Amino acid sequence: MVVPVQYYLALSVALFALGVIGVLIRRNALVIYMSIEMMLNAVNLAFIGFADYFKAVDGQMFVFFVLTVAAAEVAVGLALIVAIFRNRGDVYVDNLNILKW
Amino acid sequence: MQILFFILGAVALISGGLVVFQKHPLRSALWLIVNFFAVAGIYLLAHAEFIAAIQVIVYAGAIMVLFLFVIMLMNIRQPEADPKIPFIGRKLAGIILAGFTGLILIYGVTKATLTAGKEMAPGLGNTESIARSLFTDYLLPFEVTSVLLLVAIVGAVVLAKSKLK
Repeated sequence: MVVPVQYYLALSVALFALGVIGVLIRRNALVIYMSIEMMLNAVNLAFIGFADYFKAVDGQMFVFFVLTVAAAEVAVGLALIVAIFRNRGDVYVDNLNILKW
Repeated sequence: MQILFFILGAVALISGGLVVFQKHPLRSALWLIVNFFAVAGIYLLAHAEFIAAIQVIVYAGAIMVLFLFVIMLMNIRQPEADPKIPFIGRKLAGIILAGFTGLILIYGVTKATLTAGKEMAPGLGNTESIARSLFTDYLLPFEVTSVLLLVAIVGAVVLAKSKLK
């Protein structure tokens, strides 16, 4: 028995909303980053669900590229977080208010 | 098949919730690995074997190792201290905003009409059809991706090396 595409989308929406909650309520930059990864994963899940539904490989190609971009983003982002940690001694985003006027 | 989907979906949701609501970032990272594995299992159910494999290798392997490495490098022992602004108000605002986003998404999903698409090329395995597509239709994005990765490597090295003064 095949899984309907609506189930994939529902799970994707739920995971994405969880990621948004994480970004909005957490203060540790690392956990915010993990929540962003979770949101990327939720979007990938929607792509895969549609690729299965339409029996087309294009959705999986997009997931492939999203994975690559996510890997690059994590490398740069974690380097940034390490630089911030060296500079300031913590990674809490509400202490990073230099740009606030 | 559907039972498997429900089990894996429940695992993904519970571990995702634990990522968000766990106090220590290390525990969040470990639960995120569980989440990635559950999602990889769902990819397998959706006949995306290649994507499931690289999900485990790239996400659960490489990216999470990077995360754990950085967390342990920073050696954050204490949990998050109380912020200056009352936390409960922001928590509430965050949950309301996220719920609103979810409602908009659910509205879009339920309003969308779905039509059946073209058939996948017969007689091809998943990895084979992806490779065929990758090196024909998606050749230019594939090559641009390599440039992106090069830029990311150089950028990460420069950022991690220099002392931001």
